[in-house]
Amino acid sequence: MSADAVNKSKRRLLVAATSVVGAVGAGFVAVPFIKSWNPSAKALAAGAPVLADISKLEEGQMITVEWRGKPVYILKRTDENLKVLASDVDMLADINSDASKQPDYCKNIARSYDAHTKISVMEGVCTHLGCAPKYVPDLNNPFAGSLGSDWKGGFFCPCHGSIYDLSGRVYKSMPAPTNLPVPPYMFNSDTVILIGQDGSNA
Amino acid sequence: MEQKSNGLMGWIDARFPATKMWEDHLSKYYAPKNFNFWYFFGSLAIMVLVIQILSGVFLAMFYKPDTAMAFQSVEMGIMRDVEWGWLIRYFHSTGASAFFIVVYMHMFRGLIYGSYKKPRELVWIFGVLIFLALMAEGFMGYLLPWGQMSFWGAQVIINLVSAIPFVGEDLGIWVRGDFVIGDATLNRFFSLHIVAIPLILIGLIVAHIIALHEVGSNNPDGVEIKKNKDENGIPKDGIPFHPYYSVKDIVGVIVFLMFFSIVVFFMPEMFGYFLEHANFEPANPLKTPEHIAPVWYFTPYYSVLRAVPSIAGSAFPGVIAMGAAIVILFFLPWLDRNPVKSIRYRSDWYKGLVALFVITFIILGVLGTLAPTDGRTLLAQICTIYYFAFFLLMPFYTKFEKNKPVPDRVTM
Repeated sequence: MSADAVNKSKRRLLVAATSVVGAVGAGFVAVPFIKSWNPSAKALAAGAPVLADISKLEEGQMITVEWRGKPVYILKRTDENLKVLASDVDMLADINSDASKQPDYCKNIARSYDAHTKISVMEGVCTHLGCAPKYVPDLNNPFAGSLGSDWKGGFFCPCHGSIYDLSGRVYKSMPAPTNLPVPPYMFNSDTVILIGQDGSNA
Repeated sequence: MEQKSNGLMGWIDARFPATKMWEDHLSKYYAPKNFNFWYFFGSLAIMVLVIQILSGVFLAMFYKPDTAMAFQSVEMGIMRDVEWGWLIRYFHSTGASAFFIVVYMHMFRGLIYGSYKKPRELVWIFGVLIFLALMAEGFMGYLLPWGQMSFWGAQVIINLVSAIPFVGEDLGIWVRGDFVIGDATLNRFFSLHIVAIPLILIGLIVAHIIALHEVGSNNPDGVEIKKNKDENGIPKDGIPFHPYYSVKDIVGVIVFLMFFSIVVFFMPEMFGYFLEHANFEPANPLKTPEHIAPVWYFTPYYSVLRAVPSIAGSAFPGVIAMGAAIVILFFLPWLDRNPVKSIRYRSDWYKGLVALFVITFIILGVLGTLAPTDGRTLLAQICTIYYFAFFLLMPFYTKFEKNKPVPDRVTM
């Protein structure tokens, strides 16, 4: 082959080999840039699970704990409340929480651990537009609104009037589409809850 | 090196194609002589871009992308402490709305005169990409003042990402850089708003203009002027862009700036449409505003989003519909099968369909600013169906159109 001739196949091989290696390299280089968008170590630490002491929580009382910038409601329900959960099903939009967000171990009527049915843990974030619904335990409350005397207490969102029952299940024809989300949580002991960490019903 | 001419320009031209570029794009770029009112908006868009870059560069000198300081640095620093800071900010905030007004008019012009049709498909596609980049730019810029509507508007939109099945939740965290919208989110939006997207925008605009100047401008008659050339190869219906249209366009610029100044000096908030009232309160993640509405230029698409009901508790179908409402624009050149470009020579009922489309788009825009009620949702659903039907049924109905005869030469 003379010095002036063009070796096209050699050129093609070089271009192809360089392109493939270059593309792989570009793929690897992209990783740090994409990963830089993940929550930083500081943000992760701020989003770590939080402990809540419920030893002093009375029946019918609710406390609010902040987790990942969101209010988390911890409510201790009465026996009377639990009866209502089974009787108000006709008025609910998502009775079995099929379309709602909760860990599998809380996908039941009380939306709680089987061993701790009285304790309900929910994110206080209305599924409509993210307002904080108010806890309204009183059965003869002024917020009963469209539900009238049929409503046996629960949560009322002051922004657009969505009403939830005492396990955070939304009633029919409300602006909010689904039940209040239940965050992952576990019982460290009977009186201490760890919010942000999954447990199990076993 | 051989010089074609003497003097300084000759010296430069031997080293850089200054004269050649001037001629190719201005003094010997032949545009149809029958441009009308609608042809002001392309050059106006470039001018608004210049206003935005100039005012934006100066705003970035005084703005602090930190959740603890952002609101203060805008409302106290720029609006009160910095000399003339208020004017620079109102240029920028009014410029944002002006950009969308001008671009919507520019797109409407393309729609009625068939400027998306062969051979200008790429001009149109680059244009839709510019529209998308502009929306991203507007959305990210709106977070920066860190007011209530900045925060909650971003909350609603980033939650749309979270609505994507399976990966949405993690994707939302990745976009925010935190479990909630916070410092990380503000900082990255700032960077994207002032560096990345403006670069993309300028690149796309250059591509849009290069593609346009390759195929030549369309005109209100939809006649290809390059089909009728004189003995010198110059289109008989063409006139050089400079000085003819450069002079015409500066008239448009003056009239536009008159309206722009009226808004900047007398109604910079535009009754809550250009700057929403809730945004004069600092962002508060624990307090949702009574009513969350995006800025007016997003409302038609926001209406489409809300019109689609949630399926199984997921807002994802609405997100898809909103995306599709924009993506469908890319396919317009192939959806419209009528060979006639200008609406002037198309059937009367097609004019009616276009008029109805404009009305529908405006209704969607108005509904997007209002809180939903049953009646409004129904209206938004009807309008959304028409929006999609207008485009998707085009391949069928444009075949049955009875066109009027198209002239050989442009009319004045």
